Amino acid sequence: MSGETIVGALEPKADIAEPAKPARVDSPLKRLAQDFFADRLAVFGLCLFVVIALIAILAPWITPQNPYDLAQLDIMDGGLPPGETSFATGGTYWLGTDQQGRDMLSAIAYGLRISLVVALVSLACAIVVGVAAGVAAAYFGGRTDSLIMRVVDLQLSFPAILIALILLALLGRGVDKVILALVIVQWAYYARTVRSSAIVERRKDYIDAARCLALSHRRIMFRHLLPNCVPPLIVVATVQIAQAIALEATLSFLGVGVPITEPSLGLLISNGYDYLLSGRYWVSLFPGVALVVTIIAINLVGDRLRDIFNPRLQS
Amino acid sequence: MIVYLVRRLGQSLIAVAAMAILVFVGVYAIGNPVDILINPEATQAEIAATTHRLGLDRPLLEQFGIFVWNALHGDLGRSFVYGRPAMEIILERLPATMELALVALILSVGIGVPLGVLAGLKPNSVGGRSIMAGSILGFSLPNFWQGMLLILVFAVLLGWLPAGGRGETVDLLGVRVSFLTLDGLKHLILPALNLALFKMSLVIRLARANTREVALQDYVKFARAKGLSTRRVVLVHILKNIMIPVVTIIGLELGSMVAFAIVTETVFAWPGMGKLLIDSINLLDRPLIVAYLMLTVLIIVGINLAVDVLYSALDPRVRLSEVKA
Amino acid sequence: MTLLQVRDLATHFFTRDGVAKAVDGVSFSLDRGEILGLVGESGSGKSVTGFSLIGLVDPPGKVVSGQILFDGADLVAAGEATLRRLRGKRIAMIFQDPMMTLNPVLRVDTQMIETVLAHAPMSRQAARERCRAALAAVGISSPDERLESYPHQFSGGMRQRVAIAIALLHEPDLIIADEPTTALDVTIQAQILSEVQALCARSGTALIWITHDLAVVSGLADRLAVMYAGRIIETGDTAEVIARPLHPYTRGLIDSVPQGKRHGAPLAQIPGMTPSLLRLPEGCKFRPRCPRADAACLVEPALAELLPGRRARCVHPYLEAAEEALAASC
Repeated sequence: MSGETIVGALEPKADIAEPAKPARVDSPLKRLAQDFFADRLAVFGLCLFVVIALIAILAPWITPQNPYDLAQLDIMDGGLPPGETSFATGGTYWLGTDQQGRDMLSAIAYGLRISLVVALVSLACAIVVGVAAGVAAAYFGGRTDSLIMRVVDLQLSFPAILIALILLALLGRGVDKVILALVIVQWAYYARTVRSSAIVERRKDYIDAARCLALSHRRIMFRHLLPNCVPPLIVVATVQIAQAIALEATLSFLGVGVPITEPSLGLLISNGYDYLLSGRYWVSLFPGVALVVTIIAINLVGDRLRDIFNPRLQS
Repeated sequence: MIVYLVRRLGQSLIAVAAMAILVFVGVYAIGNPVDILINPEATQAEIAATTHRLGLDRPLLEQFGIFVWNALHGDLGRSFVYGRPAMEIILERLPATMELALVALILSVGIGVPLGVLAGLKPNSVGGRSIMAGSILGFSLPNFWQGMLLILVFAVLLGWLPAGGRGETVDLLGVRVSFLTLDGLKHLILPALNLALFKMSLVIRLARANTREVALQDYVKFARAKGLSTRRVVLVHILKNIMIPVVTIIGLELGSMVAFAIVTETVFAWPGMGKLLIDSINLLDRPLIVAYLMLTVLIIVGINLAVDVLYSALDPRVRLSEVKA
Repeated sequence: MTLLQVRDLATHFFTRDGVAKAVDGVSFSLDRGEILGLVGESGSGKSVTGFSLIGLVDPPGKVVSGQILFDGADLVAAGEATLRRLRGKRIAMIFQDPMMTLNPVLRVDTQMIETVLAHAPMSRQAARERCRAALAAVGISSPDERLESYPHQFSGGMRQRVAIAIALLHEPDLIIADEPTTALDVTIQAQILSEVQALCARSGTALIWITHDLAVVSGLADRLAVMYAGRIIETGDTAEVIARPLHPYTRGLIDSVPQGKRHGAPLAQIPGMTPSLLRLPEGCKFRPRCPRADAACLVEPALAELLPGRRARCVHPYLEAAEEALAASC
């Protein structure tokens, strides 16, 4: 032991190492919140997302027009640029109108609703499926594990958009079908994430202890293993929700996503795309801006969460 | 190395087989294959004849055998719309897509690696931060929207470049290509840039992260201690190390580029097979859909295989360990 | 003939938590062909001193003051271009971990030839010939074959020989060796030590051997400089410092090296830990761990010549012991 004072070569970096800080006693959740709110950009992203979500939820009550009630549309108002006054009602179309005289501002709020619903529902379902598969793979190991992970690997080796297109080409259009396709595309990410962190946890003693207590498989898996897999899951989920919104928009833009009766932002963009070249940029551009702002807001939050949960980056 | 290749080839075959089963189940087992595979406008006699030719009156397992047998011979049915073998039509469109994907790949590496290395060498500078912010945007904004903006800016507002189509093409070894004519090149720039942007962001992130890591390694410091110029340290010692992960990722991404070309081709009306797929989906031309899917799966699996082999050729450490194994 | 004169060198690291004074007021000099052992614990600033000499301190580190006179020219004031021409040509460096110093994806010949060509314009063939000779000189058999190999095909000891061969390519005036044998097996260590000694003697190269291992350096160095918390706390002729250390820290270091004759006896330890460079104690930096410390030590002593040719930075040096030993030897 005595050699320790002179033996033990370290990198020069050790020169600036700092002694351990006294341990903080705050609850993990509180510390998480503190870490999160320390980053102004992330807080901005969160606020932005809350506003967007509120617009989507409250759309029927706050928009000047129900864009899908044909009685409220006036063909006289068709194709008005932003800021024009309505011939029919005298109101102002801040973001212009499309060919049918639909107020783009209202259409965007309704489109946000559909985009967010599709993304959130598919997110929730994909997490449930993915977590179940991932935990089962990690907990049972052996053949169950290799079977599940083979499927995951196989699926992840193909681009998400290709798989979604195959499914929608076979299933046809529809909100439910888009959700199904997104779930199938996304579950594998969660399965892989949960499995890798669950396998680390499984080797720890407390799982053995729980087994010795003869707790049921389900109880051990969901009450003991799962909570420890939550942080990486949250990080993947924030990345994936932005991806889901983008993917839905892309599918709808390609014309294989949501039906015309329930237009998401992607479909709005697609509808307006034909007018882009003729100079009526607003029909396509503003839904696109809404889409992009939503995605950026989520990514700002996601980036911060990833930094917080990534122990390698914490110095 | 041989053992490794064989094992890797086996994995690829399994992937292709799995996708074949998926497509088969999707087309033949769900719903009525007659509806899917035979032109809705066909007469009763035609339907009966085609049903028999495709073996749709036989048991499912046998049908799968026939499907695979036909697929192996390149026969994936006739297009309803064009009345010609689906595979033939897809293959006609393949060069346009491959040209687009390859040019996009070159752009994403050619622009992405230098930017990523710059950002990695000076992560806290204004330039480094701007590059990073740009890559986050490129990463998170939907591809089709970026394409639309490109059109809006360069075609509609500035009028510098055409908004769509392929332009003039010339024959190069029997393949029609755009990049050799000025008009073709003009048509190629925007779509290729659009397709490249997403991967470019990925390459920038990857190159930056790896540059930061490699720049701290002792061997880089040792290279400087040898008195090498900064240029040589960056261009040889750092670049060669970061090219390994970059090549791996970009190779794997080439497959997804072929798939993502669907979006770009639709936005820019580029006459490749991705545009054909969307048209076929809208026209319910199912044999073309099947043909597209099988060919794309084959391309992606093939690329993944090639990248793995290339990877082991590039990294001497992997090469050695595989020889030992 | 003085080759290198370091005066009041200070290298600080500007971290988010404050300024870490890794090197603070280091002065020493080195003659041509001389071997200096720079000894200290991890974090004493010895490696940073070495990197400061060739201007390779990584950010957030920076040489903030002092002079490094190499053959009369001040390297602190010199520009990057001047330093680059010196590095590898007149001042070479050997690193600690041979597994990390060679680029894993470049062949050995690439890494050697580029070093030759960086400083001496010649044909690739001539450069290759010089590399071959350098490899042979450090005892690598079949150098032609070895040149074609990748670093991972070499053992640790072999890689260090390659690194040494690279350092010797231009027959530099000075080699800075940063713990080059720490990562090696003991038997290899001894071989490398004797070879480096022989090679330096042959070419008249001066050597700064940075190490935490007194046992290694005592058989090699002409002179010792002991560092603690960014300062040199004792210098002198190797044999004299080992036999009669003046500073309590040096003495602690020597006592904690296991020695055969004290078999069974408990080894001496220095109590406590190296202080954080961000929060150094007031006065003598060794004070909190020193058996002889008292109120007088609250004022930091200077590095003073306490005996002929012997300097130490201590208020209460072991002068009695040194005098006794001196008397006994007479």
